[in-house]
Amino acid sequence: MNLELSHLSRRFTDFAALKDVSLTVAPGEFIALLGPSGSGKTTLLRILAGLDYPDSGSVLRDGEDFLAIHTRERRVGLVFQHYALFRHLTVTENIAFGLRVRPWRSRPARAEVRERVERLLKRVQLEGLGGRYPAQLSGGQCQRVALARALAVEPDLLLLDEPFGALDAQVRVTLRRWLRELHEELKLTTLFVTHDQEEALELADRIVVMNNGRIEQVGSPEIIYQQPATPFVCEFIGKANRLTLRRDGNHFSAAEWTLPGDPWGGRHAQAVAYVRPEHLSLAVPASQPVPASQPAWTARLRHIYLAGSVAHLELHVAAFDQTLEADVASEDLARLDLQPGSLLRVAPRSAVVFPLDDHSGDAVAGDRWAWHDSERKEPGRLRSCR
Amino acid sequence: MSALVSARPVAWSRRLVRGALVLLAVGFLALFLLLPLATVFVEAFRQGAAIYLTSIRQHESLAAIRLTLLVAAIAVPLNLVFGVMAAWAITRFDFRGKALLGAFIDLPFSVSPVISGLVYVLLFGAQGWFGPWLDAHGVRIIFAVPGLVLATIFITLPFVARELIPLMQSQGSEEEEAARVLGASGWQMFFRVTLPNIRWALLYGVLLCNARAMGEFGAVSVVSGHIRGLTTTMPLEVEMRYNEYDFAGAFAVASLLALLALMTMALKTLLEWRYGNEIAAHAPGGH
Repeated sequence: MNLELSHLSRRFTDFAALKDVSLTVAPGEFIALLGPSGSGKTTLLRILAGLDYPDSGSVLRDGEDFLAIHTRERRVGLVFQHYALFRHLTVTENIAFGLRVRPWRSRPARAEVRERVERLLKRVQLEGLGGRYPAQLSGGQCQRVALARALAVEPDLLLLDEPFGALDAQVRVTLRRWLRELHEELKLTTLFVTHDQEEALELADRIVVMNNGRIEQVGSPEIIYQQPATPFVCEFIGKANRLTLRRDGNHFSAAEWTLPGDPWGGRHAQAVAYVRPEHLSLAVPASQPVPASQPAWTARLRHIYLAGSVAHLELHVAAFDQTLEADVASEDLARLDLQPGSLLRVAPRSAVVFPLDDHSGDAVAGDRWAWHDSERKEPGRLRSCR
Repeated sequence: MSALVSARPVAWSRRLVRGALVLLAVGFLALFLLLPLATVFVEAFRQGAAIYLTSIRQHESLAAIRLTLLVAAIAVPLNLVFGVMAAWAITRFDFRGKALLGAFIDLPFSVSPVISGLVYVLLFGAQGWFGPWLDAHGVRIIFAVPGLVLATIFITLPFVARELIPLMQSQGSEEEEAARVLGASGWQMFFRVTLPNIRWALLYGVLLCNARAMGEFGAVSVVSGHIRGLTTTMPLEVEMRYNEYDFAGAFAVASLLALLALMTMALKTLLEWRYGNEIAAHAPGGH
């Protein structure tokens, strides 16, 4: 089933939830709609479910007008964040609901309904709990009932609205993996809304990053993480240090560190660079003297936050009075003899750079420069910790 | 140790305050509610059970009972339908004037019942706006049963809606949306999802509505005309007998009304006790 969303806009009285959103969904794809709250992702999902309608734009399913199809006949499975199970019905009755409300001609026989419910209970690993009421189930169990209920009507399209949002961390991870396996088995076209980037990066074939009612970037998790297209994606996905660069002749620099070259031919006086914490190279001058000729900042290590296999370092660069975050493997801490207070040499290995508009001071998303250290001609790089 | 000792007088004075307050509340209730209620039954049976039964078996009493039941039987279902529709509109849709509709539903609580009765007289009475036209077509509203029904509907209009609105607001519309996406039609959604979720609150609202419909005096008194055996409901019958110094008869009919109130209260308490969490916390105000 092919879905084609074009130029969807939706305004509510006080704000625009969707602004000219276009997206194509291939059959069997597993897509994450990722963005902060208020970015329009739930509105988009509700439009596809038939619970809301756009002010303009169109949705085609295999070439036919999807928006003209009544909610009841869209063959869409929808799973809500807070499950929305029918509280007065048992698990079995909840799952059978979609089959029992069909017109009698297309309604399956009683025995068939029972059999199908049993199969679904097995699929969502809830055998034996069919007689319980939603209030007697845990959050994770409720969410699986909600999923079984949505799958019972054999939908062409599965929509999940923050499916794991209300669950605790451990259940969330288990259920996430399980959902991925289920998708691999059923190959059902699935769109899920989330504000949790980890969830999106781990689960989705493709991620649609949304902000302020617009799509910022669409791409595979690798592309989104490694080649963010806009400043928003840089800041929203993963962590990033934001540095302001000034043009100095034909290159950009921040204090002692310079970026070779100027891809914009002198059109911009300032630029902003995003550097991931794991893309900062560190060297300890005491143990490994670094030639002063090599561009790097001197930084003081302020704090070490040990987070399991990774350590987050807080580095203060006096030259432009900014605190940077760097990630190193925990085992490197001892090897490099890193202590709070010690002085380090720091330099980015790669960065995503956007020029700043001279008049407005806003970053120009269209003029992205993905810089990597290999572009640097000079020899003698800083030793990497990773 | 010292903490324990010093805590004692505090606990003791707390208990004293609690005891005094409870005693005060019970005493107040006994004086202003239980005593009058007991008086009704004592007075009704003062001249013996035989007189009591004759008073009730009188043609006028039976007519008043029948009329009261008829008025309630028309007004309550109409307000049930209206209440559900209004609560649905207010909690499920956004529209201009929503707050105004909510305020209008409360209007009968804030307007004196006598005034609402008078309004109907002004509208449908012989000298009223529609009076002459209605008269020409042979329709009688004021001083007849339709007037009693109209006035009762007006007075009891808020009960069901006020009970449902907070509950439906807190439940939200997600379950209904889930039902629609699963393929339920509007009616299927209402009868299979909405109604089961609001049934106890609805029953509770209907109970309050019914109690008020049978007990209303002010508005009904204005539109009734007090035609014995034709347009007197039970509360009006009580007043008329009392004014005619038929105390035994007045209290006999009053005892039936009181009995009705007690039954309503018992049912209401049972519902609150059994399904308290499904009934909106704020019961409607009223007189």
